[in-house]
Amino acid sequence: MPTGQQEKSSFGHIERQVVLPFGKSIEIAFKSIRVRFVRSMITTLSLVLAVAFLCYTNVNIDVVNGLLATGDADVRQQVTRSGYDVQPTGDQVENTPKQRWIVFLSLLVCVVGIVNAQLMSVTERFREIGTMKCLGALDRFIMRLFLLEAGMQGLVGAGLGALLGALFAITSGVVQYGIPAIVSVDWGDMLGSMGLATGVGCLLSLAGVLYPAMVAARMQPVEAMRVEE
Amino acid sequence: MTVNSSIVRVSKVTKTFRLGKIEVQALKGVDLEIDSGKYISIMGPSGSGKSTLFNMIGGLDKPTSGKVFIDEVDIAQLDAYELAWLRCRKIGYIFQTFNIIQVMTALENVTLPMIFAGIPNETAVEKGIELMNLVGLGDRFNHKPFELSGGQQQRVAIARALANDPAIILADEPTGNLDLTTGEEIISLLKRLSDERGVTIISATHDFKMLNVSDQVIWIRDGRVDKIEDREELSISIGTIGTR
Repeated sequence: MPTGQQEKSSFGHIERQVVLPFGKSIEIAFKSIRVRFVRSMITTLSLVLAVAFLCYTNVNIDVVNGLLATGDADVRQQVTRSGYDVQPTGDQVENTPKQRWIVFLSLLVCVVGIVNAQLMSVTERFREIGTMKCLGALDRFIMRLFLLEAGMQGLVGAGLGALLGALFAITSGVVQYGIPAIVSVDWGDMLGSMGLATGVGCLLSLAGVLYPAMVAARMQPVEAMRVEE
Repeated sequence: MTVNSSIVRVSKVTKTFRLGKIEVQALKGVDLEIDSGKYISIMGPSGSGKSTLFNMIGGLDKPTSGKVFIDEVDIAQLDAYELAWLRCRKIGYIFQTFNIIQVMTALENVTLPMIFAGIPNETAVEKGIELMNLVGLGDRFNHKPFELSGGQQQRVAIARALANDPAIILADEPTGNLDLTTGEEIISLLKRLSDERGVTIISATHDFKMLNVSDQVIWIRDGRVDKIEDREELSISIGTIGTR
């Protein structure tokens, strides 16, 4: 994605462009994650947990709906007894507002955690960022690197979280209602829930890095000259 | 490159910092012309405004008043994009703390400025290897920075600074974190590059070893240019320098 602005005023003859090709950005971002693996993992861990929780609640609903769809009266009784609010006429259940609120809160906490971790990572990398700027990096290169890193972390973390959540939900379904839980579940619905959770996780990861990345991008290159560690 | 044309021109530059409620004037009107292709040392005690002047010349900081011209372009007129371009193509930086990017190999560090300059990867790698050979690290380009000694890291930094054939190399205390012998090696490497490639080298330093190779020494004191000595004058007064 070369975003060169050719021929602008003063310098003339030499081709005027400063670029960072997209492929190269991905490479740098990936290496950066690999080198700081432990830090990246800690950043990602809160995301994994929050997404796992989101996915767990949604897949739980899918499992119960799958059970209800079998039309078995016994199962229906069981579901009602375990606390789901099944309408006498319908065969669908939903998350209660309270549940939604808790999930929302957990996601919020997760974003705050990500912002915190990413801000620290920016501080840690002040010199690296300053050096890159001395070498001619534009603000948007730095921004792009941080966003890409967060995107990758988000994808892996949220994917893992969704998988964990779904597994846990199905296991608990089997424990609670027996084998029918896994047989009758609508796999499409479940995949949808997992996809949704992964998507939300990615978005959260990107939202969390936005402010830290801005701080990094606005940093003055003269910081790289500072001697103190 | 034409000899004796000025590559950097500093005109009536002042710089004021605000430290809380106190205003500190780091530079009190500096006029300076630096000729292309020379090896310049900026000397001065800490707190003299040496680093501030140095950052101005490098386009890293803007003056409060006065003008800094790099290659006859007033850097205060440049926008962020043009400044980045200037840093990428016209100026190479060498730092006291080396500032090798830790997550990349030595070669990747050297090629990064070329990638920014839009040079295709293969060409950049080819030239990177060439530069690594030039600074005497031909066999170490796939090493990670932490596998290299201080002197070797500084060599990588020099190769990186040369990547886009800049007109100026700015070296901020390049030998400050190195032992005596390694420091001397780095100085002679810089001198050789200045002679062979016609690069203007501007270094801020405390290191008296630097003086022997400098074409010109600019002494800064108390925010002003104290004196500018050429090489010839320097060799006359060199006996007194050590005792200064």
